[in-house]
Amino acid sequence: MDEPSAFQLILSGDPQLLAIVRLSLSVTLAATLVAGVLGLGLGACLALTRFPGRQGLVIALNALMGLPPVVVGLLVFLALSRSGPLGFLGLLFTPQAMIIAQTILITPIIAALSRQVIEDLWAEYKDEFTAMDVPGAMRVRALLWDARFSLVTILLAGFGRAAAEVGAVMIVGGNIEGFTRMMTTSIALETSKGDLPLAISLGIILIAIMFCVNALAWGVRQWSVRHAG
Amino acid sequence: MQDRWSYKDAAPQTLLRLYNASLRYGAVDVLQDVSLEISAGGPVILMGPNGSGKTSLLKLMMGLVAPSAGEVHCARSRVSFVFQKSVMLRRSVAANVAFALQAAGLPANDKEIHAALAQVGLSYLAQRPARRLSGGEQQRLALARALSRNPAILFLDEPTASLDPAQTKAVEDIVMASAALGVKIVMSTHDIGQARRLASEVLFLAGGRLVERAAAESFFNLPESPEAQRFLAGDLVISPEVKS
Ligand SMILES: Nc1ncnc2c1ncn2[C@@H]1O[C@H](COP(=O)(O)OP(=O)(O)OP(=O)(O)O)[C@@H](O)[C@H]1O
Ligand SMILES: [Mg+2]
Repeated sequence: MDEPSAFQLILSGDPQLLAIVRLSLSVTLAATLVAGVLGLGLGACLALTRFPGRQGLVIALNALMGLPPVVVGLLVFLALSRSGPLGFLGLLFTPQAMIIAQTILITPIIAALSRQVIEDLWAEYKDEFTAMDVPGAMRVRALLWDARFSLVTILLAGFGRAAAEVGAVMIVGGNIEGFTRMMTTSIALETSKGDLPLAISLGIILIAIMFCVNALAWGVRQWSVRHAG
Repeated sequence: MQDRWSYKDAAPQTLLRLYNASLRYGAVDVLQDVSLEISAGGPVILMGPNGSGKTSLLKLMMGLVAPSAGEVHCARSRVSFVFQKSVMLRRSVAANVAFALQAAGLPANDKEIHAALAQVGLSYLAQRPARRLSGGEQQRLALARALSRNPAILFLDEPTASLDPAQTKAVEDIVMASAALGVKIVMSTHDIGQARRLASEVLFLAGGRLVERAAAESFFNLPESPEAQRFLAGDLVISPEVKS
């Protein structure tokens, strides 16, 4: 009974719906970008250096992969709230706050997974690189480049996790209509209000996005297997 | 002993020197008191049974591992290494050569890459992913990478161990051609036939010790050490059985 109107919302390009989708995508893309830079950097460092306490850091990072989003939301909320250490920035209940929360949520995932990928590749390349006397910076670049397909897949996984998450952005964004209302937070709200067509149409779009991301990840794998071996 | 293994036509140029070098992993003595000099000249072939320390000695000479005692002096500036099982970068054949050139600080333009690939007969596979090559093609690519660096010494660790006779011959031909161009070859093998074909000089290892060093001819005709005699005899005992 409700489905037709949900599809109508999507097909008619409802402006409210489009605004929510646009905000969601830009927040999550920004978070993935920042977390990508931080996570890949951290992952590469951990993979290629040896220092006391490294093992502990690797274990901690693996544990942080399962960080509950609401806890991240709470921590970011406390940091950004008026009386918090970063309260002076005035970022609470803004899209930037949501970017920060999502970044914190997925940086450990990207770092931990890329550490594993880069370390495995390094174990393979180590003797050849040493024999070829490859300079340090060139080693890192070559490892990142040769692992690029796996790393892109990791970034897509991070994007998927951030896009699907609701607890953190709800807390730090405040779900303000037309400003910080994301797809996931709208679904939660509209469902509780009983506006099912909007909730369902957002759900459909979210699932479609996840399908696209996974198809992309799969395509990248296939392409890499065929072209890079 | 000295003149037994030095070449008549050898330039008196020392490329590498080991002095009482030992290598130990934990409680295992892998190499003990190895002293030797490698000078310019024909191919040096490292022989010995499995586990005698051939790979370890090559890695020590190359500087991939440090001696636990003694000294290793090597003109580390330009040496190359071909492993028994080479690792190809996840790139095209041409990009693998380009990488080796860049790592050595050499210009990696099409001309250099093509020359390196032509040398090993792989030009026609230049754009293929390197990991898709057959074992023999991968070893030839490894040779192209190693030679593109213009090494003074080329170390090879049983480079043909898993290759068929045709691919083995191809690799041997490339090695001999490089030797003729003045690259010092230091190669391990436990294939006696291959050693006979390639060696100017033989280093024979047993139980982590350098038990014999001789010019190829005298080593194969009149091995001095009982270990080498037994090793070579093993070959003679097996061959007639195969034929009958
Ligand atoms: N990392 C290591 N730790 C402990 N023992 C080692 C290590 N590397 C080599 N060995 C030991 O050192 C000895 C010599 O090994 P090495 O690989 O040099 O022999 P090899 O002559 O190359 O043998 P093969 O003909 O089988 O290749 C072996 O007994 C081996 O078990
Ligand atoms: Mg070996």
